[in-house]
Amino acid sequence: MPAKKKESADSVASATRVTAGAVLPRLAVRKTYKLYIGGAFPRSESGRTYVVADSKGQFVANAAQASRKDARDAVLAARAAFGKWSGATAYNKGQVIYRVAEMLEGRRDEFAALEVPASEVDEAVDRLVWYAGWTDKLAQVVGGANPVAGPYFNISSPEPSGVVAVVAPSAPTLLGLVSVIAPAMATGNTVVVITDAPRVAITLAEVLATSDVPGGVVNILTGSAAEMAPWLASHSDVNGLDLTGLADAKLALELEQAAAETLKRVRRPAAVDWSADPGLAPMTAYLETKTVWHPKGI
Amino acid sequence: MTATISPLSEVTRSDAALRTFLHGLPGVDRVGADARAAGLGTRSIKTTAKAWAIDLAIRMVDLTTLEGADTPGKVRALCAKARQPDPGDPSCPPVAAICVYPSMVPTAHEALRGSGIHLASVATAFPSGQAPLKVKLDDTRAAVAAGADEIDMVISRGAFLSGRYLEVFEEIVAIKEACGSAHLKVILETGELVTYDNVRRASWLAMLAGGDFIKTSTGKVAPAATLPVTLIMLEAVRDFLDTTGRKVGVKPAGGIRTTKDAIKYLVMVNEIAGDGWLDPDWFRFGASTLLNDLLMQRTKLATGHYSGPDYFTLD
Repeated sequence: MPAKKKESADSVASATRVTAGAVLPRLAVRKTYKLYIGGAFPRSESGRTYVVADSKGQFVANAAQASRKDARDAVLAARAAFGKWSGATAYNKGQVIYRVAEMLEGRRDEFAALEVPASEVDEAVDRLVWYAGWTDKLAQVVGGANPVAGPYFNISSPEPSGVVAVVAPSAPTLLGLVSVIAPAMATGNTVVVITDAPRVAITLAEVLATSDVPGGVVNILTGSAAEMAPWLASHSDVNGLDLTGLADAKLALELEQAAAETLKRVRRPAAVDWSADPGLAPMTAYLETKTVWHPKGI
Repeated sequence: MTATISPLSEVTRSDAALRTFLHGLPGVDRVGADARAAGLGTRSIKTTAKAWAIDLAIRMVDLTTLEGADTPGKVRALCAKARQPDPGDPSCPPVAAICVYPSMVPTAHEALRGSGIHLASVATAFPSGQAPLKVKLDDTRAAVAAGADEIDMVISRGAFLSGRYLEVFEEIVAIKEACGSAHLKVILETGELVTYDNVRRASWLAMLAGGDFIKTSTGKVAPAATLPVTLIMLEAVRDFLDTTGRKVGVKPAGGIRTTKDAIKYLVMVNEIAGDGWLDPDWFRFGASTLLNDLLMQRTKLATGHYSGPDYFTLD
């Protein structure tokens, strides 16, 4: 009896919709592109947003426009995450980065919808796998046992610098981002990255957030490099500055000068072929060499 | 103020009279106190006002180390930091006091000689206060004899919560006497007092017994100092001054770690008690990590760029 009653109610409802003329289309649920700080997706503390257009100039989204204070918060988050991430075993770091590659592989459709070519997604995934492989091999290549004239073992090993601030290249969006984030991560640093490609960057943040990357290891700020980068370059708690992707030479000069005040390790702007083999330079830039003298048994 | 209007000297005559007085104090509107404290915490203090507030907050810090692992070396290092918190900037003022366990008082006394920085010692079986009165008195006298000029005592929360107010009162009076010329700070341990009404009662009890300061917490119990609790204590010292003409200081301690928090407290001091309390003689912060954050913010204002913990000593 109750079942029959329900059925009739349904038929009344559908009849109403039909007689109203048109079946209403389902409302679209659009994604809000926010920031990625400390493993969370906050809006900018400033409350600002900016309009993102697609390649045809059509409105596609409002993205959060990060401010100086978001950059400050991101450095705090990166510093807080540094102890655990830098202390993780190389094997574990490699697994986590490999997991990022797996997760990225599964999101091809999303990146395709953001106008990222399939070949670029391939390259980005391959690049991640490449860096994942390097985590437990780098110490053998850039560290080692040194011959000394005395009864000692003398051992050098690479150690991460700390928090690295990065200005991501404008193009290619996905491969560029991955190419600047992955080497710093692989060597045990934590990263604050400024990008002007919010949709790709925040979709990549979703990949990172679901890949066992501890919160705060990678922090993504979308907005203007000219506004935020000077604060990061002069920040005493930032240890490295990667400007390889920065096109504005005048800004780069100012940033380098500000970074010199606190003796940051700086990678200067360069014309990089992002598809080419990156070599070891992106990884060794933010490594410091620890050398230990150990007496031999007599 | 109370239903039984009697001179304050009368209310401590007997347990019954004290209870009548303390329970006759107006109740605290919990929601109202929370909202008022939260509202005052939204004030924006920037640029020159912020620089002034940071320097004042540094001058108000009771730089504290209360660990079982404290060593004379650590206490000496802390005293050096108290004298000159920022070695890179001679314009940075010294802190108000050093706060240590009684066994470290001789070391600190030696290290602070001639600096004008006060030396506070916790006493009376800190942090629990669970010891016989004789032990507490000896503890206090020993600390004063070793050179402490401020004593941070804890009240017997057990007696207070059981309603034995006169016992707590007499204990504070006895300790105050044992202090001699040293200042007495009475720790209410508000985290264990359960209600805001109890905080108000304990504040009045401590002030009636002769405490020179009322202090929120030992720092060993969570929650330690909170804004609403400090607000109630500030109201109490303000009303006590109006009623008796004697001024009592306030010291929130524990859990205040950032400059932003410290400035919220200063705003509240100014708004509730008045600017007469905006002075290291009448308001203190019991803290250790707060000082580094204050120094970092101070450097940020002076240099225009963010500072980092690498540039300051670890406590």
